[in-house]
Amino acid sequence: MSDTKRLKEQILAISGVNPRKCMKCGKCSGACPAYDEMEYHPHQFVAMVEDGRIDQLLASDSLWMCLSCFACVERCPRQVEPAHLIEGVRLALIRQQNQNHLHAEDIPPKLNDALPQQAIVSAYRKYSK
Amino acid sequence: MQRIGVFVCWCGSNIAATVDVKQVAETLKSEPGVVFAADYQYMCSEAGQNLIKDAIRDHKLTGVVICSCSPRMHEATFRKTAAAAGLNPYMVEIANIREQCSWIHKDKAVATEKAIILGRAAIAKVHLNAPLTPGESPVTKRALVIGGGIAGIQTALDIAEAGFPVDIVEKQPTIGGKMAQLDKTFPTLDCAACILTPKMVDAAQHENIHIYAYSEVEEVKGFVGNFSVTIRKKARMVDPVKCTGCGLCTEKCPMKKVPNEFNLGMNNRSAIYIPFAQAVPKVATIDPAYCIKMKTGKCGLCSTVCEAGAIDYTQQDELVEEQYGAIVVATGYNPIKLDQFDEFAYAQSPDVITSLEFERLTNAAGPTAGTLLRPSDGKHPHTIVFVQCVGSRCDGGKGKSYCSKICCMYTAKHAMLTREKYPDTDVYVFYIDVRTPGKNFDEFYRRAVEEYGVHYIKGMVGKVAPQADGTLLVQGSDLIENRQLRLNADLVVLAAAIEPDASARPLATKLTASMDTNDFFTEAHPKLRPVESPTAGIFLSGACQGPKDIPETVSQASAAAAKVIGLLVKDKLKGNPCVAHSNEMMCNGCSSCEKVCPYGAITYVDKEFRMPDRTTAIRRVASVNPAVCQGCGACTVACPSGAMDLNGFSNSQIMAEVDAICK
Amino acid sequence: MTYSYYPGCTLKNKARELDDYARRAAAKLGVTMEELPEWQCCGGVYPIAKDEIATKLSSVRALMAARDAGQDLLTLCSACHHVLKRVNHDLQTDEAVQTKVNNYLAPEQPYTGETKVIHYLEMLRDVVGFENLKKQVVNPLKGMKIAPYYGCLLLRPSAVLAMDDPENPAIMEDFIKAIGATPVAYPYRNECCGGYVAMEAPEYACKRCNAINASAASFGAEAIITACPLCMYNLRQNAADPLPVYYFTQLLARALGVEEDEA
Repeated sequence: MSDTKRLKEQILAISGVNPRKCMKCGKCSGACPAYDEMEYHPHQFVAMVEDGRIDQLLASDSLWMCLSCFACVERCPRQVEPAHLIEGVRLALIRQQNQNHLHAEDIPPKLNDALPQQAIVSAYRKYSK
Repeated sequence: MQRIGVFVCWCGSNIAATVDVKQVAETLKSEPGVVFAADYQYMCSEAGQNLIKDAIRDHKLTGVVICSCSPRMHEATFRKTAAAAGLNPYMVEIANIREQCSWIHKDKAVATEKAIILGRAAIAKVHLNAPLTPGESPVTKRALVIGGGIAGIQTALDIAEAGFPVDIVEKQPTIGGKMAQLDKTFPTLDCAACILTPKMVDAAQHENIHIYAYSEVEEVKGFVGNFSVTIRKKARMVDPVKCTGCGLCTEKCPMKKVPNEFNLGMNNRSAIYIPFAQAVPKVATIDPAYCIKMKTGKCGLCSTVCEAGAIDYTQQDELVEEQYGAIVVATGYNPIKLDQFDEFAYAQSPDVITSLEFERLTNAAGPTAGTLLRPSDGKHPHTIVFVQCVGSRCDGGKGKSYCSKICCMYTAKHAMLTREKYPDTDVYVFYIDVRTPGKNFDEFYRRAVEEYGVHYIKGMVGKVAPQADGTLLVQGSDLIENRQLRLNADLVVLAAAIEPDASARPLATKLTASMDTNDFFTEAHPKLRPVESPTAGIFLSGACQGPKDIPETVSQASAAAAKVIGLLVKDKLKGNPCVAHSNEMMCNGCSSCEKVCPYGAITYVDKEFRMPDRTTAIRRVASVNPAVCQGCGACTVACPSGAMDLNGFSNSQIMAEVDAICK
Repeated sequence: MTYSYYPGCTLKNKARELDDYARRAAAKLGVTMEELPEWQCCGGVYPIAKDEIATKLSSVRALMAARDAGQDLLTLCSACHHVLKRVNHDLQTDEAVQTKVNNYLAPEQPYTGETKVIHYLEMLRDVVGFENLKKQVVNPLKGMKIAPYYGCLLLRPSAVLAMDDPENPAIMEDFIKAIGATPVAYPYRNECCGGYVAMEAPEYACKRCNAINASAASFGAEAIITACPLCMYNLRQNAADPLPVYYFTQLLARALGVEEDEA
């Protein structure tokens, strides 16, 4: 099995998403509040994972722009769950490089007095394996 | 002992590629009672049938087993073949070695072994077959059409033209259905009312057509050729014979704040109303939920002004029973409710409307007299966004799995007409696919783009956000430009999926007609019998069978009429001899069979029996009406004493098949 | 009515008032909130990965503790509610998760999602009842125009959260009416505030919050209410010209006349 194929299977297994259910309507990208921050958009994540063009996704900052707000999951007419797939790609990368996106030493400068614990925990969790 | 012939069909390579047909014939030849066995490339061909006929004559066969496709496909063919050679057709049994064997197995050895076992079971059954003769029943030469939209009207007109009387039952106060609410029709843009209302009048005036408007089917009994139907004529509180349709009552009625369903609630009507100007019958109806007289006992103004004296507040629902030979279902469709899709803000803004509401907003008889105005403030919309596939092509809990088929075309029509009438309006259509497989359909869509400058955007709207300034911020994807669009629209039009009318499901139960999981009526064969229900005598017309546009609906309506006419011209129908019968000596009168019979074919009679001691006793025993029985076998399973049995599928025959398989 | 209560880490720290007002109001309404004797952080985000079990365990422990106490589990923070509800759903529906979690925790009685997770707002609507709440209001917030802010965590995915219509919810609006104020309808009440990106990319969260805040203001809102400490932070910190943002429990306490009481 090629590396790409293995990576794809890993992402599908992590996310539980079947990208073949996608009918390419683009509703996910129509709903996405993070669209303008992304190089690759939710519908492209679905198509590119299915296509095996995963390296481009791994190298893109788009990965970190998804807010996991689940608007795409709620509105997808085919129940593809793009946000879950994006999380799968994100985790594949973190596991591949075997280190977190956010390092413990990066955190203190980002803190301020008002920042709730929830933000730190969520960000840390979101960016870690 | 029977003399049995076995005929193994190759079905080209359909069977022969997976089943060793020669080995099947060879092996079955040594079964007890088998005196002849052969295989042939296509047993259903003329040569194949001749092979069977010759064998019946030459080998004096008393029973025939055909190892071939499903009996649903060719049982009738081979029964006719046997009859032509002088054998009772019910001495033929089919072993299905195609659908249930060759098509589902890959291993030839396994499939061959299974084919032999299936053949052996059929042989075991034929040993116990007895010649059967179908009874005959007369045909009532009258048809019932349920639903008075364009489908029902067309079917009724065609049957009536052929000389048979037809009744139309329509639950609304007028016939006309959805088409009466439409403005223009694609792809020719003729006015819907202009082509529909003459047909409505034709139906009303045809000597062979009787219209039961504001009526519903209450109960259906009987069987093909002999249906007995109870129709509930709902109380209008108006005598339809006396009413002249002058409309004075509707003008004078003081209760004017009733949401007008004909305009989809976008304006109001009075409590006594005539749905629209060309209504057929043109008779007023009182809405008891809003009528002041009906609710409080005071008022009675309509009765005072009615010169014909047609108002009758004491009118009650009336039940009538009619006899029919055939029933046509034409119950139509409705747009789905959009509760589960409020990302489009249908419930949050009056300026988000459905396509059917758009029809009314552009119709000269609609709430705005045909001028396109926004519901919220009555102003001209300058930017309109159409959203396709709202609730269609969905997987899972929300919406419908199917394509609603008509939306691409009516949206192109709406977009085109808007641009023609209001050239200063920008029109956008968000689409997933544009589906235009019909005569002159794609040309129509291209015209909307090329001549009328409608902006087609490949993508989907993700959210509609009503703004404080009264506009609607439409956020959607533009997949071709790879961007997210945000359009400030004045009006958003949603192409809501369509679904069968809610009355279809209970009606199907009354008719014992089958439906799919979407509540569309199932056809007897998707390609070859598309206008008949699998239930004999029930026919399908229009969108009750699946999403359809007007040209398709009318085609199917006429096809259903042709099938009905074909049935009504017959004087007698041959019944199915495979019906239940009761062994009276074993029947203990428990009524179990009567309770499970879905056709009402079983009654109980008191009969005198001679007892062993030479006395007589009256016993209550089951009696089957063979003309009504459909041979479903429910009673044979329910009977605790084993008295009920089915001709052609007797308990002993089925046990013999099981024994043969388990041998 | 007595509930097992899961406050979560932020409510013990930066969002203490969300918790404090909720407790005072509950006491007034005759609802007993019994904080779970031992609980751990839910993780703040629902672990989507199908192959992860460890990140779900803290939620399962809380859910199991409520079951063992024979009580429904009451939540207040949107994030905790989201995580607990979804993990509970996994335990109800996903056999693989069920097996792994129970093998790992080895509880006396295996846990298969028996606990009912109920948000404080749902408790007000379904148990206390908004009509009943209205009767107990001593200090109606008359004339106050309030924009309800749901965010994403309470509503989506609706098949699991099942609190309200995910696109046109009413529970906060009905709550606002019950405390005597006027709800303001605006379209971004269920849009994301930017969530946890606030830490890494505050300017991105700013765009989200500006859109929400400006939309609420354009419809005449004088204040925004939320159930989520992170939404509160983002809307206060990252919106230009921010409207006052309150926890819904503070206005509840005010309406019930217990805002200033000793805790």
